[in-house]
Amino acid sequence: MSRSADGIYNFMGLKNYISDIYNGVKSLITGMKVTGHYITHPKEIITQQYPENRDTLKMFERFRGEVVLIHDENNQHKCTGCSACELACPNGSIEIISGKETDPETGKSTKIIDTFVYHLSMCTFCNLCILSCPTDAIKMAQDFEHSVFDRSKLTKVLNKPGSKIMPGVK
Amino acid sequence: MNFNIYDFTDFVNSINVWLNTVFPPAAADIAGFVIIGICFLTFITLLGLSLVYIERKVCAFFQQRLGPMRVGFWGTAQTIADIIKLIFKEPLVSKGSDKFLFNLAAFIVIIAPFMAIAAVPFAKGLHVLDFDIGLFFITAVSSIGVTGILLAGWSSNNKYSLIGAMRSGAQIVSYELSVILSLLTIIILTGSLQLSVIVESQRDGWWIFKGNIPAVIAFFIFIIASTAESNRGPFDMAEAESELTAGFHTEYSGIKFAYFFLAEYINLFIIAAVGATVFFGGWMPLHIGNFEFFNNIMDFIPPIIWFFGKIAAIIFLIMWFKWTFPRLRIDQLLTLEWKYLLPINLVNLLLMALVALSGWHL
Repeated sequence: MSRSADGIYNFMGLKNYISDIYNGVKSLITGMKVTGHYITHPKEIITQQYPENRDTLKMFERFRGEVVLIHDENNQHKCTGCSACELACPNGSIEIISGKETDPETGKSTKIIDTFVYHLSMCTFCNLCILSCPTDAIKMAQDFEHSVFDRSKLTKVLNKPGSKIMPGVK
Repeated sequence: MNFNIYDFTDFVNSINVWLNTVFPPAAADIAGFVIIGICFLTFITLLGLSLVYIERKVCAFFQQRLGPMRVGFWGTAQTIADIIKLIFKEPLVSKGSDKFLFNLAAFIVIIAPFMAIAAVPFAKGLHVLDFDIGLFFITAVSSIGVTGILLAGWSSNNKYSLIGAMRSGAQIVSYELSVILSLLTIIILTGSLQLSVIVESQRDGWWIFKGNIPAVIAFFIFIIASTAESNRGPFDMAEAESELTAGFHTEYSGIKFAYFFLAEYINLFIIAAVGATVFFGGWMPLHIGNFEFFNNIMDFIPPIIWFFGKIAAIIFLIMWFKWTFPRLRIDQLLTLEWKYLLPINLVNLLLMALVALSGWHL
């Protein structure tokens, strides 16, 4: 109840007062419904019991664990050695050491990769290398257990020994 | 010794008789006090440990988490690990603080709920202090706690502590009014402040059902106001982590911090016990008037289980509040009390008087 300047009680104020209480209680009940739903649905719990569920744990698709060079069953990859990823990398985690290969039939020489060096210890998992790759040769893998006892183990060579570029990829 | 889970009167008397045969009368009294003291200390310790664990679990489930899971089965030993850690921590006293008051405050905070718990009727015959003014006693001694909070804030020599303590003082003094008025609404019906009489008056139905609409309104006001009185969320401005680090107990560490923590949970228990006793019949099983068959089935469940079941339900409701609602600002808090709860409470009290006079209650 509010009183106006001329001293008359304004009963619109009382109406507002009651509707205030009504709306307040309504919004509180809405909130309690949400948390009430959570507590009655224990299957919706998000927490993962990590070391226990290691065998069944599957990280979701978008999780960025580490950069890998995709190899198919013939030990072939799509990397042309263009070093677009090396240029895109903001902190120099990728080093491409390229070589030359001469086609025996045409005699033309093409650029190929010799070693794809990836410094996991420097990587910020920003995904820019994957976005910049013109041939989609690299992707982010979901593996996240990277701890090692020796720092040098975090410097990885991504192209497998003896691997070749997939025919037709330019 | 005849132990009966439905009525502890004989059991307690037989202990008393046994003590009198073993000791001379004066020593028997002292031995009785000591036994009761040890019982309560054990009970309070177990209560604190289990309530902290329950709170963490309930909170976790409200937020779609699992809570403590590592220590013991489903994290049941987590609070024991916590208390061991707190015992081994150094009880720091900050520079420039009033050392006497600083140490005293932690004890005052814990003494209040220790005194109040004595008047709680646990079951038939299991009731330490059955004063004529039992309810008044509980509300009176539980407000001693605010003195401890104010002392803690003042003696810490820390601005956060002082602001937290002042907020807490304003809050408890304001909401005490609503708690007592909402209890008075039921006292109109019982006509007595003695807790055993209040429980006995609900033999044919609990007041929340018998007392018509005013009793339901009174219960909701009671639960809101007592949540605020115990400094629990959403009224936890006294310790508002985001603005005051930890409020009045910022400077406390180790076991003295544990006292504040324990006091909060015993207060929670006492609030739930008072609410259960006044509105839900205390240890009285659910009775519907003269419906003998139903009443007899309900009597089969021991009163102590009824009592703790009711307390668990009320504590769960208060935890639900804490983990759902956002914290109020200090002005919103005082507005809620002085502009909403108190006027509603006074109107409700009038309404209850009308109901009692007209005999509309059952």
